[in-house]
Amino acid sequence: MSGIEKMKAQNSLRARGSSPLFVRGRWLRATETWRSLRVAAWLGWQIESNWTDPFLFAIYSVVKPVAGALILVFMYLVVARGGLGNPLFPFVFVGNAVYIYVGAVLMGLSWAVIDDREHYGMLKYMYAAPLNVYAYLVGRGVAQTAVATVSAGITLLVGVGLLGVRITPATVNWGLLVLSLALGLGMMACLGILLGGASLLLAWHNFRLGEAVAGSLYFLSGVVFPLDVLPQGVQMLSRALPTTYWLEAMRRALLGSGGNATLAGFCDLGILGILGLCALGALVVSVAFFRWAEGLARRRGLLDMQTMH
Amino acid sequence: MSIRRKWATFWRTVVGRAYPRVIGMNREKSWMIFDVFLPLLQVGAYVFIYRAIGAPPEFTGFVILGGAMTAYWMNVLWSMASQLYWEKETGNLQLYLIAPTSRMAILLGMALGGMFSTTLRAAGVVLVGSVVFRVPLAVAHVPAFLGVFLLTLVALYGLGMLLASLFLLWGRQAWHLANLFQEPIFLASGFYFPVRALGFAVAVAASVVPITLGLDAMRQLLYPQMMEGLRFLPVSYELGGLAVLAVGFIALAWKALRFFEDLARREGRLTLRGQ
Repeated sequence: MSGIEKMKAQNSLRARGSSPLFVRGRWLRATETWRSLRVAAWLGWQIESNWTDPFLFAIYSVVKPVAGALILVFMYLVVARGGLGNPLFPFVFVGNAVYIYVGAVLMGLSWAVIDDREHYGMLKYMYAAPLNVYAYLVGRGVAQTAVATVSAGITLLVGVGLLGVRITPATVNWGLLVLSLALGLGMMACLGILLGGASLLLAWHNFRLGEAVAGSLYFLSGVVFPLDVLPQGVQMLSRALPTTYWLEAMRRALLGSGGNATLAGFCDLGILGILGLCALGALVVSVAFFRWAEGLARRRGLLDMQTMH
Repeated sequence: MSIRRKWATFWRTVVGRAYPRVIGMNREKSWMIFDVFLPLLQVGAYVFIYRAIGAPPEFTGFVILGGAMTAYWMNVLWSMASQLYWEKETGNLQLYLIAPTSRMAILLGMALGGMFSTTLRAAGVVLVGSVVFRVPLAVAHVPAFLGVFLLTLVALYGLGMLLASLFLLWGRQAWHLANLFQEPIFLASGFYFPVRALGFAVAVAASVVPITLGLDAMRQLLYPQMMEGLRFLPVSYELGGLAVLAVGFIALAWKALRFFEDLARREGRLTLRGQ
């Protein structure tokens, strides 16, 4: 092989990403991403939990969601004939329990940006350190998801153990549950990062953003009532939201039926397909939007903005 | 300092502390949209639950009234109880402490400013909610209704002043505890259903939060027929209870503020940030 041919071969290898330098760079980025995610998950857990002793933290994590569920129980008991035996009750209860994830992940991730930038004043140092901020935010979401899993699990246990919600291991569609939970959590993490990106650019409204989006999803996704009771126009909006399909999938997996007549035409695989597409779309859009928002925040000097403290 | 001068300073402090609440909270007009729109989402969801289970239309009114009172409870939690914690975090608390004025005047100013700003938001929730969900709102005894409402606010903000004193000791616990006092209180005080559904003993215990008695009395005055079988106590008893709570909380807040300020000073917690 002539010298020129050797050079061409080396360039071709480099172009395919096989040069030792390129491989080392890619490896470094991968370890950096993993480290950012791991350390952020640990940090998120510390921020969430180390303000008190583990016992009080456990009570705190359980009392809030169970009280939220009991509000629905008593609303139901005051009015509904047939008490908790009414078939609408398990629909309402399960929707409310799994919605804990939506609130925790969406609000948690957008709040992490505000907290790090404005309360702890650490965001600028993160950008000065060798870490992947996107992975860091996903890591912060991991801690929120862990707490939400405990809260949702205990709320469901209270429903099954004390309130007669019929969920048994034999009747649960485990495959659908695992797949829809994984797709739903991934999708919500991406939506949370999308909100985190928006929070980078906002001053006065950033602390309301997660709350507003989570609140709108609570209403429009039919968390505690069937979509069929909504006016037709609002139903169309509900059918355009990914969380509507996620809640439907979770209810089908746990209760055997989604309870929404308007979504009855979709088979389980169809619902999973929509969820998968939504998750993929959310990933692409969140990565693109977050990069754009980061760039704009750098150019406008917003990474160390102080508007609240 | 003469008594007259002391009072003049007291009232100037009250006005001075209420001013940023009134002006600051209303400076960003779009916040008003969030403050009315966000509670309405929750209210809307609960209205549709009642509709889905075939509840009478008065229950929609119960939910809207509860949703409006939510604004006051949130204001008491986040802008009264946690306020001294925020001030500590932002470095303002020491300025309050060296100012030659009464701390009670500062708390009273916070309360009055908060009441005014929150009333605008609560009125927005009631107005928009009653129009969107077509709720009949007809008060049979306006003076009694206003009396219950005002007494509820005095007692509620008295509780807020007491909590502010207690929260003075805490760091991040203050934030988490304020967070914890949301759903459990919405449940125990019957924000979205008549509190009697919880049983008499629980309703009595929950009456320590003035909204429990206030909401039950206001619902009785708004929907006397519907509340016949759902009321917790007669309105006159609830008015008496609210008066006792109002006086008790303000007196306790005065004592507690002195005690906890002294304790926090001794334990070095007044200027400790990021605990």
